[in-house]
Amino acid sequence: MSTGNMNLTLKVWRQKDNKTKGALVDYKLADISPDMSFLEMFDVLNEQLINKGEEPVVFDHDCREGICGMCSMFINGRPHGPKDLVTTCQLHMRSFKDGDTIVVEPWRAAAFPVVKDLTVDRSAFDRVIAAGGFISVNTGNAQDANNLPIPKMQADAAFEAAACIGCGACVATCKNASAMLFVSAKISQLALLPQGQPERYRRVQSMVAQMDAEGFGNCTNTGACEAECPKGISLENIARMNRDFATAKFISEETV
Amino acid sequence: MSGFGNALSSSIGRKYVMGITGIFLILFLIVHAGINSLIFLDDNGLKFNIGAHFMATNWIIRAGEYILFLGLLVHIYQAVNLTIQNKKARPEGYAVYNGSANSKWYSRSMGLLGTLLLIFLVIHLKDFWVVSRFTGIPTVDANGNEDLYAVMKEKFQDPVRVVAYVLLMISLCYHLLHGFASAFQTMGWNHSKYNGIIKRVGVWYAIIISIVFALMPIAVYTHLID
Repeated sequence: MSTGNMNLTLKVWRQKDNKTKGALVDYKLADISPDMSFLEMFDVLNEQLINKGEEPVVFDHDCREGICGMCSMFINGRPHGPKDLVTTCQLHMRSFKDGDTIVVEPWRAAAFPVVKDLTVDRSAFDRVIAAGGFISVNTGNAQDANNLPIPKMQADAAFEAAACIGCGACVATCKNASAMLFVSAKISQLALLPQGQPERYRRVQSMVAQMDAEGFGNCTNTGACEAECPKGISLENIARMNRDFATAKFISEETV
Repeated sequence: MSGFGNALSSSIGRKYVMGITGIFLILFLIVHAGINSLIFLDDNGLKFNIGAHFMATNWIIRAGEYILFLGLLVHIYQAVNLTIQNKKARPEGYAVYNGSANSKWYSRSMGLLGTLLLIFLVIHLKDFWVVSRFTGIPTVDANGNEDLYAVMKEKFQDPVRVVAYVLLMISLCYHLLHGFASAFQTMGWNHSKYNGIIKRVGVWYAIIISIVFALMPIAVYTHLID
C-alpha cells in the first residue's frame, strides 16, 4: 500500500456492545495516501491499534467492490460519505483534504441496533424480505428466459429496482429512519415483472406489515434516501408501493 | 369492515390519511383565498360581504365546515402520531447530521411549520370565525349584509397582528411547497409524464396562495384599499 502525506483526525464511534453506552473517540492518522479507499484507511488505523495492544474498530465490509451492501459508515453526517452513488468501500481518501477531521458513526435506527462500534444488526431487512420478497415457481428445468415477452422499459425499471444492495443507507439518512425506499425497491423488482404478479398484492401487504413491525419510521417524502442511495434507487418505487398497498387493501378481495 | 385489516393504521395507511386530508385542505385554501380576494375590488367590501354572507348561510357550505374541521383535526392528529413514531424509530441521534446535503430544510421541518400554522389558526379563528359565527358582526354594509370587511379593517389596524399574519404566511408557503408535491407522491401519483407539472403547479400554488393571503393585512394596513 502506497504511503501518502495526508494527516487526518478521526472521530470514531466506539461501543462495546448493544448494552453499553458508546462515545466518539479521537484518533490521529499520519501519512495516509489519497489513493486509499476509506476502508483501507480504517485498516491502517486498526493495524496501529493492534500494534498498540488496543481493540481494533469493528466495522462491516465484505466485497469492497460496491456490490455486496455490507459497508455501512455514516461519514461526516452522510451515509457512505460525501460522494454520490458510491458505497463506503468505493469512497477514496482523495475525496478528503489533508488536515480534515472526519466523524464516523454507525447507522442509527431502532430497527438497526448497534452490535459493536460501527457494526449494526440489519437482519430486520432479511425479515422484511422473508415476509414476501419472493416468487413461487415450479421445480424442474428453468423456462426459456424469453418465454414471457416483457417490454424493455418495464424490464429496465425492474432491473433498476433490483440494483438495491440492501445496505440501509436510506434508513440511516432518513430523518425518520424509514425503510420505505428499501422495501419499495424489493416490492417493485417483482411487481414490475409477470413472474411477480400472482403474489403481488399479498406481497405488498406482508412486507409493509413486517416493515412496520420492525419499528422503522414513516416516509415524509424528503427525498434524502434517493439522494444518498449508492445505487440510485428512485422514489418512484415508493409511489408504486403506496399504489399497490392501496389497491391491495381497498380493491383486491384477497386479505392477508 | 372486515377485510380492510390494518389498512389505515399501517405506515402507508397513515400516510394516505395525511395525503388525502392535505389535498382537501389545499382545495379549501383555493376557495378561501378566492373569496377573500374580493376585498381587492376596493368596493368598500360590498362583494366580499356578499361572499361571506353566502358562506355563512348556505347549508352545503355550513355542512362542509364540519368536514373541514374534521379534516384539519385528522391531519393534525395523524401528524402528531407519525412524528411520535418517527422519533421512536431513531432513539439515539447522530453527532453530525448533514441534512442539507440531500434534502430541503422545509421538507424536514413540516412538523415545525405545521405547529406555527396551528398557532396562526388559533389566532385567526379567534379574530374572524368566532366573531362571524358566535359573538356577531356589529355593523351591516350598504347592501344590508353583515359587514365582515369592517371587522377585517379594524383587526388589521394593529401592526403586530399584520406582521404576525405575514410571517406566518411564509411558514404556510414552505409547508405547501413541500406538502403539495408530497401529497401526490404519497397517493402514488408519480408518473414521468406528470411529475414536472405537479412540481411546477405545487410551487406556483404555494407562492400565489401565500402572497394573496399576506397581501390582505398589508393592503388594509397601508390603506392600499379602503
